[in-house]
Amino acid sequence: MSPAITLAAGEASDHRTLITTLFAVFVAATLVITVRAGRQTKNAADFYAGGRQFTGFQNGLAVSGDYMSAASFLGIAGAIALFGYDGFLYSIGFLVAWLVALLLVAEPLRNSGRYTMGDVLAYRMRQRPVRTAAGTSTIVVSIFYLLAQMAGAGVLVSLLLGITSDGGKIGIVALVGILMIVYVTIGGMKGTTWVQMVKAVLLIAGALLLTFLVLLKFHFNISDLLGRAADNSGKGSAFLEPGLKYGATGTTKLDFISLGIALVLGTAGLPHILIRFYTVPSAKAARKSVIWAIGLIGAFYLMTLALGFGAAALIKPDEIIASNKAGNTAAPLLALHLGGVHSDWGAILLATISAVAFATILAVVAGLTLASSSSFAHDIYANVIKRGQATEKQEVGAARWASVGIGAVSIVLGALARDLNVAGLVALAFAVAASANLPTILYSLFWKRFTTSGALWSIYGGLVTAVGLVLFSPVVSGSPASMFPDVDFHWFPLENPGIISIPVGFLLGVVGTLLSKEVPDAGKYAELEVRSLTGTGAH
Amino acid sequence: MATETPPPATPGAPLPTTEEFAEVQQSAEFGELRRAHRSFAFPLAVAFTAWYLLYVLLSNYAGGFMGTKVAGNVNVALVLGLAQFLTTFLIAWWYARHAAAKLDPKAEAIKSRMEGGA
Repeated sequence: MSPAITLAAGEASDHRTLITTLFAVFVAATLVITVRAGRQTKNAADFYAGGRQFTGFQNGLAVSGDYMSAASFLGIAGAIALFGYDGFLYSIGFLVAWLVALLLVAEPLRNSGRYTMGDVLAYRMRQRPVRTAAGTSTIVVSIFYLLAQMAGAGVLVSLLLGITSDGGKIGIVALVGILMIVYVTIGGMKGTTWVQMVKAVLLIAGALLLTFLVLLKFHFNISDLLGRAADNSGKGSAFLEPGLKYGATGTTKLDFISLGIALVLGTAGLPHILIRFYTVPSAKAARKSVIWAIGLIGAFYLMTLALGFGAAALIKPDEIIASNKAGNTAAPLLALHLGGVHSDWGAILLATISAVAFATILAVVAGLTLASSSSFAHDIYANVIKRGQATEKQEVGAARWASVGIGAVSIVLGALARDLNVAGLVALAFAVAASANLPTILYSLFWKRFTTSGALWSIYGGLVTAVGLVLFSPVVSGSPASMFPDVDFHWFPLENPGIISIPVGFLLGVVGTLLSKEVPDAGKYAELEVRSLTGTGAH
Repeated sequence: MATETPPPATPGAPLPTTEEFAEVQQSAEFGELRRAHRSFAFPLAVAFTAWYLLYVLLSNYAGGFMGTKVAGNVNVALVLGLAQFLTTFLIAWWYARHAAAKLDPKAEAIKSRMEGGA
């Protein structure tokens, strides 16, 4: 049975026309926005930081749009639909994480950096080595994240549009890749920000609508909803308790602890999130962005609870699994069922929610492409290759070309990985961000004694440990759900490296600092500390 | 050391010299600002991380307790999960209040003095 038939329940072609039309409308609207933003993009601060003129609320919306990926919307709703409570448990780390950004990172970063995460990491260090390291880890984190999104987009859109041929899937990946290149090269940060804001509004509106319809079905009685979900899942009250997904064995339990730590500590080290704080005029506005983001993201995850349990209550688990094994189409399926499987209303709801999911993917991949190409141009090209002597025009030109390059690489990798299970790469991106980026950000800002070699040990050590452990984990080989299920070279038992790699990253920062004879630049630290807390001389 | 000198921020306002930054960093006023930030942010960061870990550990290893019904089909696990949302919202609100009252006035005083070409 082909997935499209399962999903579309007999009216496949109607759905497809409608979904395709809505996709096209969204794409056309975002292209208009992008071209208009492009006309207003004149200098480097416009391209990298959207001219720093967005308000706290606008940026809060854009941050939410940048952060809530298809993995959040479809993945969490699907995980709740199939595994009940454990899906909810998974979502919480993504929210709590924002407190790290709020209390420790967003404002000092806004005050002391210009365009990239590397600005802050390299502030008081030897520029070339630290910028190289920061650029490397930015690009690695962004590519992993990007790859997971691209492959996810391929699977999702193919499923929703009933495209099952290899050529069709590759075409979707290429389309997503080309769109993200266009958004970034033409619209820069301004265009990307507007696309993310529009997407956040659509996503929240879509989730609100479904949540309302689910609650209406159960007369706003949450206990009834939970009870029906538990019964319909066939798992009974276990469905409402922790354990169905992460509690299977001692190893899976440890794995979840490892994942949870990476989620909470990784968010404040994700380059595509961090550069968003440069788009507002002040640290106060950056703080306001995070507060808005916490409110919006929190509200959204609360709604996924209704979507997930709603899907579990209203749709047979077999039907969800038949459509997609990981439950990724549970939210669109829920829309179809809420509207009525054989009615126009059902088709319209399904198409709307599918278009929202597509918008979600595009906004996130644009943010990732911008973060990695900015870091390439500003950290590596301008400060390492040109040793700080590049003109603004050269630098922005390099950023545009870098986004074409990164886009092309992602298209190729995404196409090659179209049939591999790359969902684990998002978790890896968070683990690398927490192991390689966060320690250096925190030490740079708050530890006077920290040195260049500490930064290099921490960034490279955290990066290599996290990636290395995953390479030899069941994510890559040795299990039926691996990326390469037919080979087995794994020896690390966990899928999430954070529990080892994050302490390693923090520890190496200390060891590298203590072992080096380098004298920290006290003057530069005074400058960074005063700037980061007061905003003196902030860009 | 650095190959890139940070360019001036707002047009017409030259960045204070390293000596000026060092002097401010040593001042009692800046010391207070630093303390007001760190004494609030650091313990709170440790606290919410510990609270999140406690919740994860309970979910992992205290299934019986988490499954206890509170009202209808709502159990302890769900209540504690929602409590994580609530504490996150509350901490965000609390920090915003603290920053507006205790950090912003100090930071702005130092900034305007330094950029005023003192």
